[in-house]
Amino acid sequence: MYEFDWSSIPGALPLLAKGLMVTFEVTLTAIVVGIVWGTLLAVARLSSNKLVSFAAASYVNLFRSVPLVMVILWFYLIVPQLLRSVFGDALGDIRLASALIAFSLFEAAYYSEIIRAGIQSVARGQIAAGLALGMTYAQTMRLVVLPQAFRNMTPLLLTQAVILFQDTSLVYVIGLSDFFGTAYKVGDRDGRLVELLLFAGAIYFIISFAASQLVKRLESRYAR
Amino acid sequence: MKKTLLAASIGLAVLSAPVLAEGTLDKIKASGSITLGHRESSIPFSYYNDQQQVIGYSQEVMLKVVEAIKAELKLAAVQTKLMPVTSANRITLVQNGTVDIECGSTTNNTERQRQVAFSNSIFVIGTKLLAKKTSGLKDFPDLAGKNVVTTAGTTSERLLRKMNEDKKMAMNIISAKDHGEAFLTLESGRAVAFMMDDALLYGEIAKARKPADWQVMGTAQSQEAYGCMMRKDDPAFKKVVDGAIAKLQTSGEAEKIYNKWFMNPIPPKGLNLNMPISAELKALFAAPNDKAFD
Amino acid sequence: MNYNWNWGVFLSETPSGGTTYLAWLFEGLQWTVMLSLSAWLIALLVGFVIGVLRTVPHRGWSTLATAYVEIFRNIPLLVQLFLWYFVMPELLPEAWGMAFKQSHPLTQQFLAAMVCLGLFTAARVAEQVRAGIESLPKGQWAAGQALGFTLPQIYRYVLVPMAARIVVPPLTSEFLNIFKNSAVATTIGLIELSRQAQQLVDYTAQPYEAFIAVTVLYLAINVVVMFLMRRLEQRTRVPGFIGGGQ
Repeated sequence: MYEFDWSSIPGALPLLAKGLMVTFEVTLTAIVVGIVWGTLLAVARLSSNKLVSFAAASYVNLFRSVPLVMVILWFYLIVPQLLRSVFGDALGDIRLASALIAFSLFEAAYYSEIIRAGIQSVARGQIAAGLALGMTYAQTMRLVVLPQAFRNMTPLLLTQAVILFQDTSLVYVIGLSDFFGTAYKVGDRDGRLVELLLFAGAIYFIISFAASQLVKRLESRYAR
Repeated sequence: MKKTLLAASIGLAVLSAPVLAEGTLDKIKASGSITLGHRESSIPFSYYNDQQQVIGYSQEVMLKVVEAIKAELKLAAVQTKLMPVTSANRITLVQNGTVDIECGSTTNNTERQRQVAFSNSIFVIGTKLLAKKTSGLKDFPDLAGKNVVTTAGTTSERLLRKMNEDKKMAMNIISAKDHGEAFLTLESGRAVAFMMDDALLYGEIAKARKPADWQVMGTAQSQEAYGCMMRKDDPAFKKVVDGAIAKLQTSGEAEKIYNKWFMNPIPPKGLNLNMPISAELKALFAAPNDKAFD
Repeated sequence: MNYNWNWGVFLSETPSGGTTYLAWLFEGLQWTVMLSLSAWLIALLVGFVIGVLRTVPHRGWSTLATAYVEIFRNIPLLVQLFLWYFVMPELLPEAWGMAFKQSHPLTQQFLAAMVCLGLFTAARVAEQVRAGIESLPKGQWAAGQALGFTLPQIYRYVLVPMAARIVVPPLTSEFLNIFKNSAVATTIGLIELSRQAQQLVDYTAQPYEAFIAVTVLYLAINVVVMFLMRRLEQRTRVPGFIGGGQ
């Protein structure tokens, strides 16, 4: 039977905490940018302008058809050159920058689908009402439709955020030291991979489970 | 094979135009910073100690090179940014300008010279095997039909695949992402042997749970020279790097660094690799050069 | 950008000889498809069982099924894969663990990835199946009881056949997901599509061609799966029931 030896974890806790912060940084950035960009995509997709809606639909479908692993690798390839041309050499860890951009753009595609459904769940009459009051289409969206839509889809957006939190572990493929990457490296360094992987799995489970229970609570409150 | 090489060389010659128009020295001067590529688990060349700092033989050489660059550019300080690379992505990262120089455990060979430039060599190794003392293995022919691990993107991987093909050995070759993962594959019993550069194999023994169980063995399949990688077609930068390395080697300082890493206890477990300096490396230190061995 | 395109690279011979890079790509495609299809079978089987158990009026079984779903949904897929590949063999009795670890590397990688993907997706399938069963009108249940069916018979002859047809549309997206998620197997070294993309980059130093080719292949998989599932949806649609689970 395997003999467990958990002794390398206490000493590695500060490192692991640092990794967890990176995980949260990627998650939060992707949520914020993803929702803003996703909203724009959703509105564009519902636009009556054929070209605009086609462009938005292509973006969403492309990102939704490609594995996240490929998207992360793509951006790790492209981003260094892109960033250099924009910011010169004043950039920090390229892996972090690539991951932030990749996750934001990738999540936007998923968020835009949720948001589009949310917008469509608002009765069409409301748009008509807004327009009848003399508001422009943009004003109607911003003041009438979107506030209601977001209320309806908050639970779905949060559920997606929990999935995203778990997906950030895939930055492993570009060697970024997020929580999982750090756990793996510590396990590799100390020859204690088994313990570190179990530990990482447990932490991810606790955080995701707690978060999804919260979402469920919220959901039942919204669904009065 | 010759035809392939010819075709490959024509192909590569066409596409290996430099990504950056400006020289690396200008870039360093303008930004006041340099990005160094290092490895994460190439013991004892370039790896993390338990404070996650990069240490090792090649890392020390690279820092000496940075000193020389600073002096050359007459800069008071140069900010160094560290970028970990893997065997599989190091060439791409040098080419696309993510890292300016990489000193780790990269073999200088003619194939790679079409994609990147190499400095004066910093080390000489032979590619051998690591296996359990009790495994009963002695040399490469004993590996027929067995699981053998190596690291993806290394010269060993290619040699091993070619040997498997040419001698119909029916080995199952596992390509691990990094030396650490390769050794894990070996230690956990997934492979019976690990083919890699001998110095790195000694390094892996240093972090094994039971170092006494392991042995480096076999006939060296190739002699290889390690160099620092830089972007191609940047003679000004190469000249500074080469000069710094040559000075290190002829002044006897390189041998001191060698002794520190190969003849003394090193992190992470304070093990002594006890690998006396080879005749080939002595010859290199006496007459620094950037020749590949193939 | 200063980049030299060379699409001819796919036809050039690989360094170990005997084959082209294009053949590597197709080998990767085969592994991706094989892995996804076999994992999908596991996901359907386990997913239906767990989904049904979640709805049965029996505390023990439904708690067990709920625990399964929560565990497999709240641990990242990558972590699960590493647990199957690196941890599981160490926890098995030593003889079994060694037998697994000394088998052909591809076998190990494929089995670990297949079980991992299958059980991971099963949790999601289970949720759709549960939603499907719960969306059935209570009358179906009552009708079963009126006919004198036992509990297993109600499930066997009434609820599951209905649910199986309603969940087809939501399962389409899970089926698409399994192809995308299969790319995670690259991390344990299985030579599926995205691994081959990285190998190509390593060997040819032509990253854009390699990545574009692989991206197009993933898009193609998507289109084919979508087309097939549409056909299936049309054939299995239950008149009077719109859509499925949610």
